[in-house]
Amino acid sequence: MREGLADLSDLRHARHVLSLFQRASSDLAQLQGYSAEPELKSYLETLVGAGYAEIHSSTRDSRRFKPWQWVTEVFPETFRRQIWGFHVALALTVVGALLGALLIASGTEGREAIYPFRHLVEQTPSERVAREERPTDRDRLAGAKATFSAQLMQNNITVTFRALALGITWGIGTILILFYNGVILGAVILDYIVDGQTVFLIAWLLPHGSFEIPAILIGGQGGLVLGRALIGWGTADSLRMRFRKTVPDLATLAGGAALMLVWAGIVEAFFSQYHAPVLPYAVKIAFGSVELVGLFSFLYFCGRSKTKGRKA
Amino acid sequence: MSDQRTATLNIVIPEGVSFSLPLAGPITRSIAFFIDFATMSAVLSTLTPIFTAMQLIGGDTGVGVTILIQFIIIEGSKMIMELLWRGQTIGKKVMGLRVVDERGLKLRPSQVVIRNLLRFVDALPLFYALGGIVSLFSSRAQRLGDLAAGTVVVRTVHSSPPDVASILAGKFNSFRDHAHLEARLRQKVTPEESQLALHALVRRDELESGARVKIYGALANHFREKVKFPDEAIHGMSDEQYVRNVVETIFRSRKSVARN
Repeated sequence: MREGLADLSDLRHARHVLSLFQRASSDLAQLQGYSAEPELKSYLETLVGAGYAEIHSSTRDSRRFKPWQWVTEVFPETFRRQIWGFHVALALTVVGALLGALLIASGTEGREAIYPFRHLVEQTPSERVAREERPTDRDRLAGAKATFSAQLMQNNITVTFRALALGITWGIGTILILFYNGVILGAVILDYIVDGQTVFLIAWLLPHGSFEIPAILIGGQGGLVLGRALIGWGTADSLRMRFRKTVPDLATLAGGAALMLVWAGIVEAFFSQYHAPVLPYAVKIAFGSVELVGLFSFLYFCGRSKTKGRKA
Repeated sequence: MSDQRTATLNIVIPEGVSFSLPLAGPITRSIAFFIDFATMSAVLSTLTPIFTAMQLIGGDTGVGVTILIQFIIIEGSKMIMELLWRGQTIGKKVMGLRVVDERGLKLRPSQVVIRNLLRFVDALPLFYALGGIVSLFSSRAQRLGDLAAGTVVVRTVHSSPPDVASILAGKFNSFRDHAHLEARLRQKVTPEESQLALHALVRRDELESGARVKIYGALANHFREKVKFPDEAIHGMSDEQYVRNVVETIFRSRKSVARN
């Protein structure tokens, strides 16, 4: 019956189910004023509850999940609808980056406290670049790329989901994650620029960072949207109603960010870790730039005409 | 819609009737969680030889795929089960629990995703302490994930209609000639009393003859005091028949009542 009801084009079936639901509701209404059998009442309540859920939850578009439509329309549409959250997430990361850069500029004594990875502390950018560019006979990542890629996906998706989930702390947890990420990013960027390794830095970060950093920002966007729903700024809706309106957007942002991080994980393991002379920096920067432009064109413009068509 | 500070969530629907959902308690939810945890651990242990084989045969790719499968099982298994089994995981099935929408509507996939993503916060700092405390103070026993997703965890009630017709079929009821007295009887008999009488009839053949006479006698005397039927309606009637008439009067369908 549920499967039949899901297909509302079968009008006869839908009408039959509706009439059954109305009869069960009517019987329950009569029983509620009588000293009747509790088991019967419970049975009717079960029927009415199930019928109510099926009938009142059915919508024209709820029949089947369409992955392509979700990727090309729903996700960018949701991103644009909650764009304020992305802008705030970006601003928080930029402010954090400025602080990180300031901390590194003021002295290198506290690097251990800022950098989460030891290799960033133990060697200067120039030393790292010299090591990476040293010609070798064998592929340093040979036989480990898929493993590294999977680990990156797992780690980044987890961080992004945490950033979203911590929105339930009135957004404070999300803000802290975004800000801390910004501090690390700003410190690394300034470190490389000051050491004269700007080109290497761009070529290293851009291919995967063009997806990875926006994905984490989208996770943060979700967290800020959740935090705002909890606080209730700019709406007279009740807390439950605010959550109800927000939940589909949050799930979409989480799914979209996870998808982006799968791509970022592949690129980081299979492409970003190769440097000149194996892979010229110009190629890496061009690839990363195309990705970045493509991603934001997709997020800002994809599905726009179809949305307008639906609204009209 | 309304809720009360008891173990049920009452939902009033636009059709003008209400139904209640029994909310799951923290103990049953914890047990369901541990069953899920044990199941997940068992699945991972069972898959370990397959993972090892994949790593040996597939090398780097095998290891990568293994990491992703483990990640999906650990982070996404509950989400996938709740999506596929309409709000139930293995633990919830065993404990008779189900995640439902707090307004009685159908559970949406986005609700399942969000309640599971927020599980991380509910689990802070250890052993779901935050989620447990929040649910204790929530009128709907919701943890943070449930609150954000608009879901509640309820106990599943397996109910079937009582088979009254087969018990009472083909028996003449002399009370039917006294509609006003029947109406008074329905008004005065409580649901518990009517259920007791019905069960006494359903279990008739299970009772010893002596016990049967005693029980039907007690019930008939109890109902006789509620409403006095005229002598011509109850003349020569056994206690068992009296109880049978009372039950038939109470459980007779509304249409039959209207026709009489």
